Order: sequence, then structure tokens, then C-alpha cells
Amino acid sequence: MNYLYFLYIEFLAKHNIPKLFGDITFYVIPFCIIAFALLVVVLFLVLAERKLLGFFTQRKGPNRVGYWGLLQTLADAFKLLCKENITPSRVDRFLFNLAPILAFVPVFVALGVIPYSAEFTFINTQTNVILYLIMAAFPVLSIFLAGWASNNKYSLFGAMRCIAQVLSYELPITFVILSIVVLSSSMNLATITLSQMSKFGIFSWFLFPCFLGFLIMFISILAELNRCPFDLPEAESELICGYNTEYSGMRFAIFYLSEYAMMFANSIFITILFLGGYLSPFGKYFMSNSFLLYFEQAFWLFLKAGILIFIMIWIRATLPRLASFDLLKFSWAILLPLSIINLFITVLIKFGGFLCS
Amino acid sequence: MTTTTLKLNLGPQHPSTHGVLRLLLELDGEKILSCEPDIGYLHRGMEKMAEKLSYIKYLPLVDRIDYLAGFFYSELLCRTVEKALNIELSDRVRAIRTMLLELNRISSHLLWIGAFLMDLGATSPFFYAFREREMILSYFEKLTGQRMMYNYFVFGGIRKDIEFLDDVQKIISILPEKLHDYERIITENPIFKRRCVNKGILEPEIGLNYSITGVNLRASGIDYDIRKNDYLYQGFDFAAVILQGKDSWSRYKARILEIKESIKIISQALDYLKKNEKLEQKHINPLNIRLPEGEYYQEIEAPRGLASCYIKSTGEDRPYRLKWRTGSYYSVNLLRKLLVGEYLNDAIAIAGSLDIILPEVDK
Repeated sequence: MNYLYFLYIEFLAKHNIPKLFGDITFYVIPFCIIAFALLVVVLFLVLAERKLLGFFTQRKGPNRVGYWGLLQTLADAFKLLCKENITPSRVDRFLFNLAPILAFVPVFVALGVIPYSAEFTFINTQTNVILYLIMAAFPVLSIFLAGWASNNKYSLFGAMRCIAQVLSYELPITFVILSIVVLSSSMNLATITLSQMSKFGIFSWFLFPCFLGFLIMFISILAELNRCPFDLPEAESELICGYNTEYSGMRFAIFYLSEYAMMFANSIFITILFLGGYLSPFGKYFMSNSFLLYFEQAFWLFLKAGILIFIMIWIRATLPRLASFDLLKFSWAILLPLSIINLFITVLIKFGGFLCS
Repeated sequence: MTTTTLKLNLGPQHPSTHGVLRLLLELDGEKILSCEPDIGYLHRGMEKMAEKLSYIKYLPLVDRIDYLAGFFYSELLCRTVEKALNIELSDRVRAIRTMLLELNRISSHLLWIGAFLMDLGATSPFFYAFREREMILSYFEKLTGQRMMYNYFVFGGIRKDIEFLDDVQKIISILPEKLHDYERIITENPIFKRRCVNKGILEPEIGLNYSITGVNLRASGIDYDIRKNDYLYQGFDFAAVILQGKDSWSRYKARILEIKESIKIISQALDYLKKNEKLEQKHINPLNIRLPEGEYYQEIEAPRGLASCYIKSTGEDRPYRLKWRTGSYYSVNLLRKLLVGEYLNDAIAIAGSLDIILPEVDK
């Protein structure tokens, strides 16, 4: 990041722009980049999900707007923009409007802490794992607000279920992350990535000492994202649409967008913790040029995250929804003990000398 | 702190009430304290219409009583009229009718599998089931010109002779392997089993008291299949599917097994139809059908339970009174009993497992 900072200041100095301007804008530009990139990514993700679900269920998926249906999501987004924002008469207006905003903003911060390649981490603090965790759990608050403010019984049920679900699945996540912190001796995502680097490539990823943790993490992330088979908060056949039943137009689009953005962010997060982040799986990079190397690293990161997202969509096409009590029981009675065992195992591996760091 | 129960209107505008059912639920948290089904949103006056129309004019309408199994109700009306007029069906007509009824039963059960799994939150089986159902519907379309409202049976026989038997052959050769696929993706799925095994237990006594018939009752261990005594099915070798589980999972399994039994019946009928190609049926003038004065009653085994038709005639060219008995009507009533004490998301699964279809309830 420092390298980029100097490049930027140098570039401004050439054009006689004061350094103060550069100091301020340097921290704003990344968020503009994220905002733009996020829109593209989400549009792509929604299309990918619909296409893949189509293939899984013997359909074609969207294939009318644009070549191969590529512009379908864009058209949908445009339609949602044009639609009326209906506010039901007896809602809490302030909270009702606040909820979609609160759903979307934390995603930017969450994506900001992620090291996309060796130099690209927009918010690089020593403990940005914790910052990420806070931001990843934030949408629950907005879901609760949406459910409460909507003054709709189904929305309220959705919100209640969501809170119960996220509260019980946060704990296994935290324990698994703790085991990663033990393995890498760091709470910085960039350092965690780098501590998985060796000439063996794929074999030095934390996936192997911590395979149980990877499974727990993946399942819990599915639950936290309210994705199938944990989609109880928005179970269509029971709660119509759950917490966003009363939302329409752009407010609904923002919820939808933040859901997919969070899915993207969380798969990148798992990739960094277990699959070596931006590291190449072959132990060496193919690009020698330092500038192209950044792109190669980002490519590996997105490829791994993409595979995880593919598995998530696959699961959605396969499994039915869990019952609400099984959902909580699964977390407290199975995942939580397993995650503690996992922590124990990783501590043994780390300090028992099985893994040379 | 005071606590109150929550009154929830589940439906009529709700994705899982399959159309137009309204359930008045009283909830404590997500636990259901009482359930009051409210029906009538799809009432079309099917029984009253019969009193104003001659039999032949009424015949096309009865397909709409259960639009997922249209053949059954036109068969039922035809059979009642034939019984009144003492018309015997020839073997070939019997075989054709049996084959079409069983094909329709399969298509109805397939749709149920899709809708049930949709209630449980799995979307893919819906499309898979529809893919197979589509084969059957396109065959019906080829044969009768209609996909759902066939109007193919007439009093005393069928409208025209059966055609495209190769299509049926293809359907019954493909179906078993597709069913195998379903079993692999659904039946032993641990989440599916958790949600269905020992959920929605229907005790046989309760089933009998609530007049439940069909698959729902047979999955509770009671051997009651009208087809065994039906002269339409005489000479066909098949077994009534009886399961002892009493729960949603048995009701699911029973329908899968019943599809397999139907395939057996169809293949037997198909063999017969290929051998005997001469269609014999008694032609009666449809414009002048007058049932002798009296009361007539006929019942058949529809996909959703016992269906029966009662006609009281005064010797005119229209019934004095006509009454339908449909299986779903009693299943809806059962919700009162079965949903109490369950949690909301189990309740949807249990209601789905009973295979309720609302046009049949409201008539």
C-alpha cells in the first residue's frame, strides 16, 4: 500500500497538485473502486446463480436480454430502480428506511480489509480479522430493523429467526478463526495469507491442518448468509419473503445486492483463511512483471472464491431447508463442540512440532 | 409482563397455500395453538351448475373439479351415468380408461412431489418432477388436444380410439430410472428425513374419524384401496401400497411406490391394447340422455383419495341433484387436528404432505 501511496503522490506532484489533496483522496479512491467493482461483481453473481440454478434444474436460465442473457441482471436492476418504493402505512418510517442502508454499508468496510493481492489492502490494521467479523455480523442488525419496522408478522418472524440463527453460528466461526490465528500467529489478513506461503503451494494452506475447521466455517458462513439450507429467515414457503416482505423497488434491490455482496465477501474471507488467499496453488507465479503479478494474485483469489460460490449455489440446488430447531441444535450441539476440538487439534499441530512455521 | 397469542392469517395470498386456502392460526411464538381452515375462495358452483345443464353439457366442466387429475372426474361422471343406464364397457375401453387414469395419477403425484419439496425448501425436485410430468402432459395433448382439461371420456366409452401408444411405452420405460434419481436425491436425504420422519403423525383412528382416504390413509396402515374392487381394474395385477409409518415420510414414500404400481398397470394395459385393436363401444345419443328416476352412486380411487359422485334423477335430461365427494375436502379438515402443537415451519411441511388441492375442496 505504501508503494502505491508514493506512486500516487508522485503522480500528483508531477501535475502540481498539493500533497494534502492526495492525502485525502488516497483513502477515498479505494472505496470508489470497491463500490464500482462490487456492483459489477454482484451483477455477475446474480446472473451466475440464476444461470447455474438453471443448469442444475434442466433449464436455460435467463437467455433473452443481451447475448446469453448477460444483461439480464442489469435490466432487472433498472426495473427495480424505476419501481415505486412502497412504504406501508403503519411502519416505523425512519427505521424502515435505515435498514437497507445498514445492510449495504458494512459490506464496503468488510471488502476494504481484504488483501486482494500483495499490495492491495485498503484498510490494513493489525487486527483486521476482528474488524471483518464485526462487519460481517452487521447485516443482522439491519435485518432485525427491517423485520421490526415493517409492522408485518411474517417480517418479524423472519427477523427473529435470523437473530437466533446468526447468534448461534457466530460462535463456531469465532472458534475456527481463533484456530487460524493460532496457526498463523497473527490477526492480520495479509499476514495470515503470507504465512500459508511456501514452495509446496497448495499443501501449505491451512486447509490441511484445519480441515475440520474449514467445513465448520463453510457451514456456518452459509447459515450467516441465510443461504439454503439455512434460509429460514426468508423461507419462501413459510414466511413469504421473511424480513423483506414489505420492501419494494430500490430498497429491496439494496437488500438483494447486499446479500450477494456479503456472499462474495465471505467466500473471499474463507479463501484467505483456508485456501491461501491470493497465493498461487502451484507454489510459484506465472507472471514475472510485478504489475501483472498483482493481477495474477487477484485472479487466484477470485478463482478460489468463485469455486466456493459455485459450491454454495450447488448446495442451494440440492438440499431442502432445515427445521428451525434442528438448525439451532446443529450449531450448539454439533458445530460448537467440533470447533473447540478443532481449536485443540490446531494448537497441538502448531506447538507439537508437526508444522514447521 | 403480559403475554398474548398471535393471530396469523396464513393465506390466501401466501406462496405455500397452493392457491386459495386461508388458515387462521393462533400462535405462541412459532408454536401453533389452533388452526382454523377457511375455504371457499375457489368456489365455482360445480354442483349447482349440474342442475341447470344437460349431462353432455356438464361433462366438459367436471375436468375442472381437480385440474391436476381431470380424467378422474370425467371418468366418475361417465361411470355414474353408465351405471344408471346399465351400459357395460368393452374390455378395450376399460383398458384405455385405466391406462389414462393411471397416467394421470402419475402426473398428479409427480406434481405433488415437486410442490411438497418446494414447501420443504428444495427447489430442484420441482423442476425434475415437472420435466417428467411434461412427457405425460404432452402425450395427453397429442391424444386429446388438451393438456389438463381433456374431455376425452364420453358416456358409454371414449371420444375416439387411442393413438400414439409408442409415447406411452417411452414414458413408462423412462419413469423408473427417473424415480430412482428422485429416491437418490430426496428419500434418504438426512435433512429431508429429519423434517418428515415422525412429523405429522396421522393415527389410523383419527384418519377414519376424519374420513381421510387414499394415500394419506394407506400410509397410516389401513388397507383401503377402491381400485381393488373396481371393475375397471379387474384383470390387472397390482398391489395396494400400505405403509405403517403414519408420518409425512410414509405419505411421500407411498406416493412414490404408488407411481411404480401405476407403471405396472399401464404396462399391462398397454400390452392388452397392442394385441386387441378393435374398438367396440355402444353409441348413445348424447343429446338425449335421461337417467331413470332414482338415486345413483359411484366411487373411484382418485389421486387424493376416494372420489364419489351422487346423482338424484327425476327422469329429466338433467340431474335433480348432484353431489361430489372429494378427498382433499376431508384432508383440509384434518389440518385442524394435525397442525396443533407443531411449529410453523413443520406445519407447512405437514400441510404439504397431505396433498391438498383447493379446486377440489371448493368445487
